[in-house]
Amino acid sequence: MSLQYPAAAEIIRQPAADLGAKIKSGELSSVEVTRAHLDRIAEIDGELHAFLYVDGERALTSAARVDAKIAAGELVGPLAGVPLALKDILTYTGAPTTCGSKILEGWLPPYDATVTRRLLDHDIVILGKTNLDEFAMGSSTENSAFGPTRNPWDLDRIPGGSGGGSAAAVAAFEAPLAIGTDTGGSIRQPAAVTGTVGVKPTYGGSSRYGLVALASSLDQPGPCARTVLDAALLHQVIAGHDPCDSTSIDQPVPDVVAAARSADIAGMKVGVVREFRGEGYAPGVEQRFREAVELLASLGAEIIEVSCPHFVYALPAYYLILPAECSSNLAKFDAMRFGLRVGDDGVASAEQVMAATREAGFGAEVKRRIIIGTYALSSGYYEAYYGQAQKVRTLISRDFDNAYSQVDVLVSPSTPITAFKIGEKVDDPLAMYMNDLCTIPSNLAGNASASFPVGLAPEDGLPVGLQVMAPPLADDRLYRVGAALEASLESAWGGPLLDRLPEPGVAR
Amino acid sequence: MALTAEDVANLARLARIELSDVELEVLAPQLDVILESVARVSEVAAQDIPPTSHALPLTNVFREDELRPCLPRDEVLAGAPAAEQMRFRVPRILGEEA
Repeated sequence: MSLQYPAAAEIIRQPAADLGAKIKSGELSSVEVTRAHLDRIAEIDGELHAFLYVDGERALTSAARVDAKIAAGELVGPLAGVPLALKDILTYTGAPTTCGSKILEGWLPPYDATVTRRLLDHDIVILGKTNLDEFAMGSSTENSAFGPTRNPWDLDRIPGGSGGGSAAAVAAFEAPLAIGTDTGGSIRQPAAVTGTVGVKPTYGGSSRYGLVALASSLDQPGPCARTVLDAALLHQVIAGHDPCDSTSIDQPVPDVVAAARSADIAGMKVGVVREFRGEGYAPGVEQRFREAVELLASLGAEIIEVSCPHFVYALPAYYLILPAECSSNLAKFDAMRFGLRVGDDGVASAEQVMAATREAGFGAEVKRRIIIGTYALSSGYYEAYYGQAQKVRTLISRDFDNAYSQVDVLVSPSTPITAFKIGEKVDDPLAMYMNDLCTIPSNLAGNASASFPVGLAPEDGLPVGLQVMAPPLADDRLYRVGAALEASLESAWGGPLLDRLPEPGVAR
Repeated sequence: MALTAEDVANLARLARIELSDVELEVLAPQLDVILESVARVSEVAAQDIPPTSHALPLTNVFREDELRPCLPRDEVLAGAPAAEQMRFRVPRILGEEA
């Protein structure tokens, strides 16, 4: 099936930076570009299910307004008129915010998230809200109450999670840009398994205001894109101090765009994390990772093996800290002020209604984590679990400090395996948690990290991601490494990795 | 440690989730496996290590106490499960025997 008009097929494959430049120069209109993406969504999203809500009419109205602004000679930014997909855990007035949960189904938020506000202020066109694991709890998007998103590389496989909708939308050319949120890998792991770019800024680098909280000390919004420069341009738009978020960093945003343009890593010291290899890692993941490290060396980076002995304890610490924070954050879904209420028959008490609503409104994984959190925070167990996990968090930060005294960045595979089959791990929560093995340390330490595509695993033809981690507020280093890899790999491959993506609906 | 279905029911009560018997039976062994795995944190964290509650050091900051508009009442109540007389309407909060 082809798109309705020939130009559209070409439009949707272009990077956001190019679209922005062409919209600005008048070569393309934002309405044209927006419509091409909406048509693509209409054509393939029935199968892909990256979107929970498509805001077509409003997107076209916003696009027309941007076109008018440009026609009137007003000054606009590099992404003005470019469409974007917003993860459905950030509020955007006029569209439902569901967080992938029945408990918030149809809820219309009364305010915009700061990230949303900045997108709109920069004339970015929001196409709709993307699917996610319920309240961002998951690594496969299978925990969405509204059904899973599929991986455009193989529709029987998961697109990662929690931000599977955002990553799949970008990979399948439904949007050139998307917003994700990363608590334990929810931007980077989906990027890795879909062959796209995903960046988790330094904790506090982008605002959490209007991001429905999962674990407040870990959550961080960030950019999803197909190219490193596009991610940097979006990073620049959404990052920066926000007085509405008490943990927002009041310092200038690192110059990520210049870093993405420079792509210079000559003399950079790159540390390879010794602990993230071996048992449990797919051979194709290890092979592509090794080749990418060799490539970095050939581009002038100095490769140093680094040991971070406590990283293996990051996963257990995370699955205590996160449930503890989420059991507290999700207490607000009490059936009183927003969302679902069941069993309010005039006889039942508030407490009974609350318990019945949470039973009906939350999915299995959310219940699991709330109960683990309740356990870990209960008296008698607090010190053995939550207290110990907080000490491990200190040890992980010290491992990072020690590593960064020797190297500029750390690298590892983004995730141990490539995309797995839908349904394969749903009954084994612990196996599911292993997907975030490599990404969690960066969240616990609050530093910056990203995943970049480094090829397809030979055994299954599925994308592999390389993770780069940088010290707090050194987000620019991620982009230098990512851009260097992208330029060399694409010249070796003869084009972007996503050129090899099968058309959705066409059997592999 | 072996969590029983009864333990899980008790935790669920604390968390205000009315789990069904089937859920309790499924959850207990799952949570047991998870808790056993996460208990590994006790292997490494010695007494003298300070806990980290937050990724980056935070200091309290103050801002000017200025009047700012709050959320519009109508829009907030529009998202509520039930509203009455411009307020949230909630089920009874006291027990019969109280």
